[in-house]
Amino acid sequence: MDFLQTLKIALRALRTNKMRSFLTMLGIIIGIAAVIAMMAVGSGASYVISKQIASIGSNIILVLPGSTTSGGLRSGSGGAQTLTSDDVKAIMAECPSVDKAAPTVRSSGLIVFGNMNWSTVLMGTTPELFDIREWGVVSGRSISQQDVDSAAKVCLLGQTVAENLFGSSDPIGKIVRIKKVPFTVVGVLDRKGQSPQGQDQDDTVFVPLRTAQRNLTRSQLPNSVGAVMVKAKSEELLTKAEEEINSLLKQRHRINGGKEPDFSTRNLSEILAVAEQSSKAMSLLLGAVASISLIVGGIGIMNIMLVSVTERTREIGIRMAIGAKKNDILLQFMTEAVLLTLLGGLIGIILGVGGATVVSNLLGWPTMISVQSIALAVVFSAAVGIFFGFYPAKKAAGLNPIDALRYE
Amino acid sequence: MSSVISLTDIGRVFIMGDQQFEALKGVSFDVSAGEFVAIMGASGSGKSTCMNILGCLDRPTDGSYLLDGLDVGGMSTNQLADIRNNKLGFVFQGFNLLARTAAIENVELPLVYAGLHAKERRKKAITAMEQVGLAGKESNHSSQLSGGQQQRVAIARALVNNPAVILADEPTGNLDSSTSEEIMGLFTNLNKQGITIIMVTHEHDVAAHAGRQITFKDGKIISDNQTSRTCQTGLTD
Repeated sequence: MDFLQTLKIALRALRTNKMRSFLTMLGIIIGIAAVIAMMAVGSGASYVISKQIASIGSNIILVLPGSTTSGGLRSGSGGAQTLTSDDVKAIMAECPSVDKAAPTVRSSGLIVFGNMNWSTVLMGTTPELFDIREWGVVSGRSISQQDVDSAAKVCLLGQTVAENLFGSSDPIGKIVRIKKVPFTVVGVLDRKGQSPQGQDQDDTVFVPLRTAQRNLTRSQLPNSVGAVMVKAKSEELLTKAEEEINSLLKQRHRINGGKEPDFSTRNLSEILAVAEQSSKAMSLLLGAVASISLIVGGIGIMNIMLVSVTERTREIGIRMAIGAKKNDILLQFMTEAVLLTLLGGLIGIILGVGGATVVSNLLGWPTMISVQSIALAVVFSAAVGIFFGFYPAKKAAGLNPIDALRYE
Repeated sequence: MSSVISLTDIGRVFIMGDQQFEALKGVSFDVSAGEFVAIMGASGSGKSTCMNILGCLDRPTDGSYLLDGLDVGGMSTNQLADIRNNKLGFVFQGFNLLARTAAIENVELPLVYAGLHAKERRKKAITAMEQVGLAGKESNHSSQLSGGQQQRVAIARALVNNPAVILADEPTGNLDSSTSEEIMGLFTNLNKQGITIIMVTHEHDVAAHAGRQITFKDGKIISDNQTSRTCQTGLTD
């Protein structure tokens, strides 16, 4: 007996009980739709995280100055000015696992051009920062070492700042006033997007480190720097670089024994890797919940198939008397079960893809539907059909034709 | 004359728990090609058991059964399914057509399991439908047919694979007397065309249409009457 005929018979049996077939499929439909939607949301989330990792740059360690205690209030890390430009130079020179290090000083203030003004983050740094963060310019040039050495009054605008001050006109060569000090715009940075914390990284103005130390932060310690960004030579050397920095700075700051260090290091990629892992774990968990619904759906199918076998005992008897072999009957009922789950799976895929699209449009969550997840859904629903269809089909095939024919 | 069916010393013992029940005790008879045989007997006489064995739905516990020259006794379940498909045609009391299925598709069913192509199936099924006088009713579902017509569809289904024997189990049991006459007329006609028919019945006037009546009682044959009429037809054919 050819398979096409078996398929026809199975289709007819499903059509005969349309409502029942649909209700039976419902479990699979819901299960597959949930799996597809969960996987879409989950992989969307990890895509965003990996994009954010790329936006920071790879293999980065953040060195933060320690906290200060004044009047019993501890200011939190970065509060004290314990790191200096010399520390940064030492890190670059003495830590073999470190590729580059860039100090930053951070302040905020008003930037003015003509009758436009914009409050933004002011960041003093060295050219290495843009290498570390893999951040290029779209027009003009970046900050050079010469700018830093000569404390030139030049600035580099982030996209958001450039848009707000200059609109569509070209800012290169224009004079802006930052905290009332005139600066020449030398370049505009590429768009970087949101940081993992949700800040707009393009809403920043960069100036040479020494310029910032002299003109913008007006700190009592002219040589001090804020956070230092360090790039390790490779991913494998990340932890080693962190250790090297720690021991170097402890030595330089004369911190020994149980004394609390006046700085801290943070491995950014690690933090994000943890975030990615937790998002993966979350989608895995949701996927597991969805698979339970698939199993429940499968049991529903087994139940209905058993009812169907009982109901159609006479039909099975007729078919056997006429010459159907055990395998023909087995295949017929298996085909029916697999057809049920596959059809349910297909409807589920459509619903899941639709649901994911609705979620991403309405809630603004990123979703990604992968071909693999759809293929997995198809394979899984077929497998559910085979697994849960086998027992009823086996029961049908094992019937004695004489008893089956006499069954009322 | 060649024997289509040859039963020798057939016994069938049913075991239920620790009780044994001998449904058939050493039954032997031959059926020649072109015969029309009625198997009679009260309920519990063993005629149904005998019919099941003849139909290869059941296996004898004793004796040998040759169908169309083949020893059916030692065959596997799958081989028996093939025998039922190729050599036998079944007509049941309750018609046993597939519900919600067109008449022609019911007739085609044995050919489906025989693995014939759709075109060939349709051709043979139409011929069988014509043979039983149901031309034009091909696409009707069984619920749209009268009892007599349903039984004709069942007979067409039994005929379609050109079987060696048609086995009919109380074919008129569910029909009124005039329709019964019609169906028996059809059987007689088919028999005249050379088709071997074995029919189980407990009605004497139905059995009278057959050329030979075998009567069972308590698992044994108590009489085997050959009436001259069909014997002659059988011989002239």
